[in-house]
Amino acid sequence: MGFLDTLLGRTKPVPPKLDDLFALPSAAITLDAGTGFKPTGSGSVCFRPVEGRSFSDVQKEVQELLDMDSGKEGGLPVEATKDSYGFTWLVSSHMSDQLDALVTDLHAVNSSLVDAGFGPQLLCTLVAFRDDRERRLGLIYLYKRGTFYPFAPLDGERRDNALELQVKGTVGDDLKWEPDLARWFPVWGAPGL
Amino acid sequence: MAARTRYAPDRGLTARMTATMFLLGLVFVGFVAAIIGIGAATHASDAVIVVFAVVLAGGFAIGSLFYSDKIALSTAGAVEVSPNDGKDAAYLHGIVDRVCALADMPKPRIAIARSPLPNAFATGRNADKAVLCVTTGMMSSNFTPEELEGVIAHEMSHVAHKDVQVMTIASFLAIVAALLIRFSFYGELFGGGGRGRNNNNGGALPIFLIIMGVSIAVYAISFLLIRMLSRYRELAADRSGALLTGQPSALKSALVKVSEGINRIPTRDLRSAEPLNAFFFAPAAHLTRGKSLSTIFSTHPSLERRLAELDKVQQQLNQAR
Repeated sequence: MGFLDTLLGRTKPVPPKLDDLFALPSAAITLDAGTGFKPTGSGSVCFRPVEGRSFSDVQKEVQELLDMDSGKEGGLPVEATKDSYGFTWLVSSHMSDQLDALVTDLHAVNSSLVDAGFGPQLLCTLVAFRDDRERRLGLIYLYKRGTFYPFAPLDGERRDNALELQVKGTVGDDLKWEPDLARWFPVWGAPGL
Repeated sequence: MAARTRYAPDRGLTARMTATMFLLGLVFVGFVAAIIGIGAATHASDAVIVVFAVVLAGGFAIGSLFYSDKIALSTAGAVEVSPNDGKDAAYLHGIVDRVCALADMPKPRIAIARSPLPNAFATGRNADKAVLCVTTGMMSSNFTPEELEGVIAHEMSHVAHKDVQVMTIASFLAIVAALLIRFSFYGELFGGGGRGRNNNNGGALPIFLIIMGVSIAVYAISFLLIRMLSRYRELAADRSGALLTGQPSALKSALVKVSEGINRIPTRDLRSAEPLNAFFFAPAAHLTRGKSLSTIFSTHPSLERRLAELDKVQQQLNQAR
């Protein structure tokens, strides 16, 4: 924020960074090779809904667009859920080997919102992974930072920090990781995880 | 591009704030000029008290900037909490995490104050050292998650706008003036009389009176301007907060509930919260309804004014592509 904006009490909404999301498919291969975690095929985009007709129209359009796509490839329709913090999650489900298609879907949501002028409302995207022992792992992309962080929930709102750090170490430079650990916030009960 | 118009800054508010700060700067320059003029017309010993007042005021300002978080937290009787300190704390951390991720800000420390008054404040000299404090009244089931989030987004906007720094610097002048009033009063009592007898040209005695008069005028004008600036910064924080969460109506209903809650609570509680008023989401003394003289003395705009400004945000967010 510039000096003048500070003086005048203005904050510019932060536009989302979208491109780094496409690093995910290649990172998923490294992750599988190193830890045995495979994509489940489901992923979600989390955003802050804006009150009023304009935004709900955009959201409806996005959902219709994705449903059309999933119909063709035999996928499941897109599901919208609202979490306890008032954020909306659009969950897209594909076959587990279609990570590219999933990322394309997630990107379609992003770009639709950005085109409609609601880019600042994007919070994060989550792609779900699972290993043979049924351990859950989410790779979360923070739009405003353009960075990823791992989230491994255990039962009873605890997280497996060792696993998260292991994942970060294994994937290494394939993804841009969030350096500030205070921003690795938990998303308990995130849809699709 | 659509994004640019939907989140455009409020030009009217910007212009009013610029004008206020310009006037404050003008008073400052006039004050310095008057002091230098008085200093030139008199002995060096009189200028010493002016330098002394400036240094002392600078010390006050820097001290309050550095200890603002500790002072505010202890005054409010607030305790810092981590996400593991129970359900309320975890929930609060969850909301703040999300607001900070949306705004791309570092996460502040979080404190909860035991008070039935629903309110919140943020303080600290910069975004890295910020503390966000919410009262238990605010955490009650009266407030929906969206309303609580609106209040938190408002407070985080204060942090983003560096309001603690701006208001401390703006208050510097008023502190200097207040100190000079006091010094010249004592100077008159103890020093001025004796010197007047030794120095028969009559120049030394009225000097204290002139300094005192100028200081009183400067103090009064800058006090009003600082209050005005504070009200504009509240409106700016309302606006940024509502744009951030995309829910101006939730912030509006939170404002109404907070002001109702404050009006219901007995005065004993109000007095204990008074020194912190400038940092609160809504002042603990009743929110003024309608226009009156008290509006120009208050740190926060009237409820009607805040609701009207949020209506504008609502229309802006909902405009067609």
